[in-house]
Amino acid sequence: MSPWLPILMAVPVLGAVVVALLPKGSDKLAKQVTLLVSLVVMVLTLVMAVQFSPRGDRFQFVAEYNWIPSFGVKFGVGVDGVALVLIALSVVLVPIVVLASWNDADGVKTADGTVIAPKRSVKTYFSLLLVLETMMIGVFAATDIFLFYIFFEAMLIPMYFMIGSYGGAQRSYAAVKFLLYSLFGGLLMLVAVIGLYFAAGKGTFMFPELVGAIQDPATQKWLFAGFFIAFAIKAPLVPVHTWLPDAAAQAPAGAAVLLVGVLDKVGTFGMLRFCLELFPEAAKAFTMPIVVLAVISIIYGAIVAIGQTDMKRLIAYTSISHFGFIVMGVFAMSQVAQSGAALYMVNHGFATGALFLVAGFLISRRGSPYIADYGGVQKVAPVLAGFFLVAGLAGLSLPGLSSFVSEFMVMVGTYSSQAFGSGGLAVAAIVSAVAVILAAVYILWMVQRALNGPTAESVKGFKDLNVREVVVLAPLVALIIGFGFFPKPLLDVITPSVQHTLTNVDVKNPAIAEKGAGE
Amino acid sequence: MTTQYLILSGLIFAIGALGVLIRRNAIVVFMCVELMLNACNLAFVTFARQNGNLEGQIIAFFVMVVAAAEVVVGLAIIVTIFRTRRSASVDDANLLKY
Amino acid sequence: MDPVKITDYVGTGVIGVSWLMIALPLLGAAILLVLGRITNKWGHLLGVAMSLASFVVAVLGFVELLGLSEDARRQAVHLYEFIPGMVDMGLLIDPLSLSFALLITGVGSLIHIYSIGYMSHDPDRRRFFAYLNLFVAAMLLLVLSDNYVGLFIGWEGVGLASYLLIGFWQFKPSAAVAAKKAFIVNRVGDFGLLVGMFIIWTSFGTLAFGDLQGKVGEASSGTLTAIGLLLLLGACGKSAQLPLQSWLLDAMEGPTPVSALIHAATMVTAGVYLVVRSGAFFEASSTASLVVTIVGVATLLAGAIIGCAKDDIKKGLAGSTMSQIGYMMLGAGLGPAGYAFAIAHLIAHGFFKADMFLGAGSVMHAMNDEVDMRKYGGLRKLMPITFATFMVGYLAIIGFPFLSGFYTKDGIMETAMEHGQWMGWLAVLGAGITGFYMSRMIFMTFFGEKRWDKDAHPHESPSVMTVPLILLSLGSIGLGYYLISDNRFMKFLAPAVGLPERLPEFHLFSTTTVGLSSLALVALGAGFAWYKYGKSEVPVLAPRGSFLTVFARRDLYGDALNESLFMRPGQWLTRIAVFFDNRGVDGLVNGLAAAIGGTSGRMRRLQTGFARTYALSILFGAALLAGALLLVGNI
Repeated sequence: MSPWLPILMAVPVLGAVVVALLPKGSDKLAKQVTLLVSLVVMVLTLVMAVQFSPRGDRFQFVAEYNWIPSFGVKFGVGVDGVALVLIALSVVLVPIVVLASWNDADGVKTADGTVIAPKRSVKTYFSLLLVLETMMIGVFAATDIFLFYIFFEAMLIPMYFMIGSYGGAQRSYAAVKFLLYSLFGGLLMLVAVIGLYFAAGKGTFMFPELVGAIQDPATQKWLFAGFFIAFAIKAPLVPVHTWLPDAAAQAPAGAAVLLVGVLDKVGTFGMLRFCLELFPEAAKAFTMPIVVLAVISIIYGAIVAIGQTDMKRLIAYTSISHFGFIVMGVFAMSQVAQSGAALYMVNHGFATGALFLVAGFLISRRGSPYIADYGGVQKVAPVLAGFFLVAGLAGLSLPGLSSFVSEFMVMVGTYSSQAFGSGGLAVAAIVSAVAVILAAVYILWMVQRALNGPTAESVKGFKDLNVREVVVLAPLVALIIGFGFFPKPLLDVITPSVQHTLTNVDVKNPAIAEKGAGE
Repeated sequence: MTTQYLILSGLIFAIGALGVLIRRNAIVVFMCVELMLNACNLAFVTFARQNGNLEGQIIAFFVMVVAAAEVVVGLAIIVTIFRTRRSASVDDANLLKY
Repeated sequence: MDPVKITDYVGTGVIGVSWLMIALPLLGAAILLVLGRITNKWGHLLGVAMSLASFVVAVLGFVELLGLSEDARRQAVHLYEFIPGMVDMGLLIDPLSLSFALLITGVGSLIHIYSIGYMSHDPDRRRFFAYLNLFVAAMLLLVLSDNYVGLFIGWEGVGLASYLLIGFWQFKPSAAVAAKKAFIVNRVGDFGLLVGMFIIWTSFGTLAFGDLQGKVGEASSGTLTAIGLLLLLGACGKSAQLPLQSWLLDAMEGPTPVSALIHAATMVTAGVYLVVRSGAFFEASSTASLVVTIVGVATLLAGAIIGCAKDDIKKGLAGSTMSQIGYMMLGAGLGPAGYAFAIAHLIAHGFFKADMFLGAGSVMHAMNDEVDMRKYGGLRKLMPITFATFMVGYLAIIGFPFLSGFYTKDGIMETAMEHGQWMGWLAVLGAGITGFYMSRMIFMTFFGEKRWDKDAHPHESPSVMTVPLILLSLGSIGLGYYLISDNRFMKFLAPAVGLPERLPEFHLFSTTTVGLSSLALVALGAGFAWYKYGKSEVPVLAPRGSFLTVFARRDLYGDALNESLFMRPGQWLTRIAVFFDNRGVDGLVNGLAAAIGGTSGRMRRLQTGFARTYALSILFGAALLAGALLLVGNI
């Protein structure tokens, strides 16, 4: 029993209570407390992460408490490599988001200068943020599937309020759409969770004990479908993706970062952990249609992104394209691709996070999310433009930046996958590589229209990034460049965990095995 | 014998139900509801007599107690409605809709 | 002779720290970009210093390499584990990579120095030097990396630097568009390189040059051809070869030192490097190497034709660059017999083309940034140094006897003739066209009457700009002879790329068919140029020109083709996709929501608020239930 994870989960929620109970008018104090709490959580997590031994047990820092004994439900937490890096991603993003959203809860400025007032108080926003942090840690740490489900659904609540109460003009529409989509998926998953409990007949929801418990292929397929649809909506995969652009465009920038950067990763994380390991036969049976769907997402998301006029929606569509890569990597059934997919989850969090934040900073200066309302920003705000460009380049997976490593691994892994005999998925990899070109189009075209060219009249008075904003972006850019050249620390943690997954799915990868033996 | 009692019970119930459906005065509607309850009571007692046990009679007492409580609350509501609207017509109290 | 086996470096010399070559300019770029305005005062000096330091390391490494025995001249320097189990980052120090490193850092440093003067009036000079340093670092990573992934990182790094530098004056919409176009067209090539890497990894289980040695034969010929063609696609993107040539002419929007360094001397030759470095794949697949030569020949003619019609001096030079890289590509497609000539021509071209671009920059600097040659004329007296150095570059490129281009280009043409008459003769024809368009440029710029705008006051450039010109022109004079005589360069490169079975003979002045006919054609072209632009008046406004002129002026309709084949349909596709997403996918969802909402809106009308209605429905319900129970009871 290790107290690490329960403590990590308790600290933010306690902080949330403190922030919520602060007297009226102490907004600044609320922000400072939130920042402090999130920094404490970050430091604690990093201290914990250092103690993780990649070659040790699969789940470490395990803690189990009986919760509902009559159904065998436990409060069971523990992390493997993939969960650890995703928790690390979450806790690193939260303080950055807190600092970035310093003024987000004060209302949204629109293009004509009016401000859309928030529906709730400033301290509530930051309190919700901390509650969300607990849930993000919990959802990745849960080893009990019932607990996972609870967090999976409960995460919606703070995010619903963050979009619906602090968002832009169409916030109610976006928030309700987000909630309904996610609830629909979540309820399918609930059915599958209950079905799994009874079909396995083991009287427990603990993930490690349920691996390999379902043998009947037909049962596997039904339960797989229940889980997969929930995760595909969360991820999101075409055609159940349309909630994301609305939600991301209406949410305050910080909330959008957590939504796309972390919450959506629960979908791909769930596919990797639950869909593959609990239902290996079904996963193999469905590999081809899912990979096709992923490739469609990659190309379709990129093409629709090119056609967007709204920056935030554009970024949301690029994410749909990137999630296609992650899903393709997860289901390519090769170690390289799955390690790449897991790494992509982290890198995408940083890259898209940076892009959302810097776009948010740009939008906050003008009030309009439309690309056409900008032009020549580089001349008046070179630092902002520089960060925008770097974040954009990370979005188009420029080699030397972190997302390249993961995208490359996903594509190479998919190409060399033996899932359908040699070269069975080669076509998928080649088609997905077309996105490399499309990515350059959507990012650079946006950069050209928004940042380059003669300075637009409306842009003339722009202030460059202030210190707070630079402090927000600099660590993200440092991580993007750092992991672009040294992805090893992350991969060393991820790969053993992915190998566990592949062993449980019973996939052998000759190319890797040979390479491993040779060294 | 039993059949006649049951027919009487059914008739009273039907009269009560019809009254509830077609009368507008809340007091009358209320009395019709009582009528239906009493029709049920009659049926219960009849069955109790026929089966030679006490269950039916006990339930009849239960119904009476509940009916008494209902009268207290119901009449109070009707009086309040009459006071505020100067009308005891059930059709005038139709705000609880859509 | 086959290439030498790559061994791990164990010594303690400079080669062990050859990563400094990359790290120093990278550090320079980082300092200049991160510290920002603070470094405005001395930023350009730091940039030059870092580039020079890198050059010193390269020279020291070169000296150490020369001290090694011939079969130990391929040293792999392991740096760190990049992607565990897949790619180790490391540098490959061999004659090929060091030749490039010397060219990049040497010519690069000269251009750095030149830029101090050229960019002295630009408020963003510091940023310019940061990008230049970034470019040098990325280009060195490209040529020094010992594996395809490292090469690809450098490959995209130079693409990024090129993007940033073409768009350096991004407030001009044309520059911003040109930068984006260059990046995107390059990405099409990168797609090829990426998929090529997928196949290499899948077929051989490695992406390191060292591990690939001797393994190439294991793959089927179809695989090898596929790899070759995909790598060639990558090379075409970076080296502006047909069909991905369209970005290079637009790239002239960048400051002239950029055109000299990136779009003439170094980056655009990366494709040739890739083909030579991956020689094993091309040698194993005759189809792939044939396609390389076809691309080379087609581009050398296309570039030359475009060069003939351009009035913009930089675009004329850009067409010429395309054409010269076409020669190199042709040489690279000819196997070990052609590699040395291709690389030698590449190095010589690096010198004389950089020389001419910087000369053009010097002219523009003097003429208020005017690029239209029709508004030049008679500049030779006012700008003697620029004129002299430009002349040297000019004579070198057209292959005037005993200058650099004479030997290196001749070698490529001779070798091509041995491989196939058609490509040999087409290459000779290209040389003739080169003679025409380069002479045209000289006559329009330096000879004839003044056709300047009123406010132009041409003057010779400061020495910080002319000294690099002089040094570059010295290279343009002697380098070709030095490299080609006694097959010196071929023997030097041999450990890296192998030797052909029969070494070519060297003549101070070759009297073969190729040599003589190319000289004759060049003379004919130059004479025709003199007749049209030297002897007769050059109109200040361009005449409409024949169909052929318009064809060349519009870049052989390359842009029109791209636009109608890719851009327009692409735009339609995006529009349709967005419409489909909003109305189709989202419409379905919203439609479902609206249907549910509408139904419930109608359903709620049933709640009338009349207690008697409810009572009636209760009665019906009760009757229904009773009826149902009776029915069930009866069955």
